[in-house]
Amino acid sequence: MSENLLEVKDLKKYYPVKSSSLFGKERVLKAVDGVNFSIKKGETFGLVGESGCGKSTIGRSIIRLHDITSGNIFFDGDDIASLNEKGLKKYRRRMQAVFQDPYASLNPTMNVFELISEPMKIHGNPTPAEQKDTILSLLDQVGLKKDHLYRYPHEFSGGQRQRVSIARALSVNPDFILCDEPISALDVSVQAQVVNMLEDIQEKTGVTYLFIAHDLSMVRHISNRIGVMYLGDIVEIAESDELYTEPLHPYTQALLSAIPEPDTTIAKRERIVLSGEVPSPLNAPSGCKFRTRCPHAMDICREVVPPMLAIGNGRQVACHLYDEEGKIIE
Amino acid sequence: MAEKLLEVVDLKTSFYTGAGEVQAVRGVSFQLEKGEVLGIVGESGSGKSVMAKSIMSLIQSPGKIKQGDITWRGENLLGKSEKQLRAIRGNEISLISQDPMSALNPVVKIGKQMTEVIIRHQRVGKKEAEKRAVDLLGKVGISSPEERLKQYPHELSGGMKQRIMIGMSISCQPELLIADEPTTALDVTIQSQILNLMSALKDKEQMALILITHDLGVVAENCERVLVMYGGLIMEEGPVKELFQNPKHPYTEGLLRSLPKRSNGVKERLVPIQGSPPDLLNPPQGCPFADRCPYVMDKCAELPPYFKVDSERKTMCWLHESEEGDNHE
Repeated sequence: MSENLLEVKDLKKYYPVKSSSLFGKERVLKAVDGVNFSIKKGETFGLVGESGCGKSTIGRSIIRLHDITSGNIFFDGDDIASLNEKGLKKYRRRMQAVFQDPYASLNPTMNVFELISEPMKIHGNPTPAEQKDTILSLLDQVGLKKDHLYRYPHEFSGGQRQRVSIARALSVNPDFILCDEPISALDVSVQAQVVNMLEDIQEKTGVTYLFIAHDLSMVRHISNRIGVMYLGDIVEIAESDELYTEPLHPYTQALLSAIPEPDTTIAKRERIVLSGEVPSPLNAPSGCKFRTRCPHAMDICREVVPPMLAIGNGRQVACHLYDEEGKIIE
Repeated sequence: MAEKLLEVVDLKTSFYTGAGEVQAVRGVSFQLEKGEVLGIVGESGSGKSVMAKSIMSLIQSPGKIKQGDITWRGENLLGKSEKQLRAIRGNEISLISQDPMSALNPVVKIGKQMTEVIIRHQRVGKKEAEKRAVDLLGKVGISSPEERLKQYPHELSGGMKQRIMIGMSISCQPELLIADEPTTALDVTIQSQILNLMSALKDKEQMALILITHDLGVVAENCERVLVMYGGLIMEEGPVKELFQNPKHPYTEGLLRSLPKRSNGVKERLVPIQGSPPDLLNPPQGCPFADRCPYVMDKCAELPPYFKVDSERKTMCWLHESEEGDNHE
């Protein structure tokens, strides 16, 4: 039962930033600053947060598209954080990715057959006939037709390209797919098609998703659990319905209240308008990073970094307002 | 009765490309009253931005306004010379475009870009223009405005650039502000700041606002009336509340159903609209939505006229033919 497929422990990814002046000091941009979370087998874990909060960096770190600064990433029990390219190869097949821009992620000079067969050839040795059989059944699964097989990316719409990307990710039977803003570039009426398809695939194959997006209502729909990020930290983790009905962290509350509601029958929620903008990650505030915009900021927030409290039912929050039981400290 | 500010009649705008004529706007009519907030929703390629640019006469080659009338306070804009248009653009009608990153000139300081508009339209000196620019930045909620005037666009965040764009666009107290996806490039917390700001300014300056977006939530919360565009045509028009609660056109209905619901506990499966939007190089003869429509009939091969469904609403769909008999326009 609910075994973890992925466990991330104290993951950090820092980027050195050169100063604009020749003799200036090199500074460090802390894109991801010590996050912990786990993803169960067969579940969809959502990551939300504003641009620049580090959600894509986490995704890319997990599938090891780049090296990390420190921390552990346990994939099915094995720590893959420090493996080299050779050691990673057998995990590469099991971890696939679908990215935001289907115009940039497909090689324009390859047709659908070549695009989908490429990962199969890298991770196995199928005969051309086997490849074709697999690809045809994949195309069927993602809602494309047989006569799309020899077409090139420019002949497809955005939604269709995203289907090709998904078919390509599925071609090597992965256990885990990183979905980094997979529907953001698509039209509203097409987004639902792709989301339904991702759900169908999960039901059929039991694949695990890390779903990164800034469309909060869509993340709620597709995810079992959600992590909320702010400036390189995860500030809250909860079951998705719980998170939306009863957000605990002041940032989560503000973020959710800012979603415009299309249903005019629902009474308007009170909107918490945050003042100011996200501080630069090069110059993050001391203590709790959210304190500069937080309506509840206290003295302690300036000095002490709030620890991540596990308050039961898999729920975690990092905020000085709450005690270990998740009660508001008076 | 409110004063009519803008009237667009049967506007058609096309782009003549190597592949053929792309009919981006295929016959759009609507009107706007003084001080009104009108939402225009549609997916990419539905023609909403081209329509906005047509109103401003900013369509550039290979695009061309093929047909139609755009009447601004009783005068037809399409007959005007470039010189006459310049007196209106930025002065009476202002446009904010989607991408604040590319709408500002990267090699000119904010102050110069802002005062340029003010000096041009208000006939004031440089000193006075700078003073007004500082006031404007204060109005749009930018801290230490004097400092900002000396900065270049790359030194500012996206939200700040969009505030500056709004400041510039209201610098001449326009009667109408057209905001084309003003918050699409921004995060939700910044989006709500910008939308709050626009609605406060609208009340204070008493200007009309056309808000173009693909986000149904933004329209629901900020507009009074809405046009739903698809395939270069207006599919449906009406007051926001009624239209969203009781959509008459199958496309509007489909759009609303494809959004995730806020129901608790039980997870409802999304109901997508099958297929994809029409190719405007060869737009269908009949209803543009016909090949994705669950209610499609033989009649849909012919383009429906607008049927009035009540005093304030009309829809371009044969399903509503019988409802109002020969009451259509």
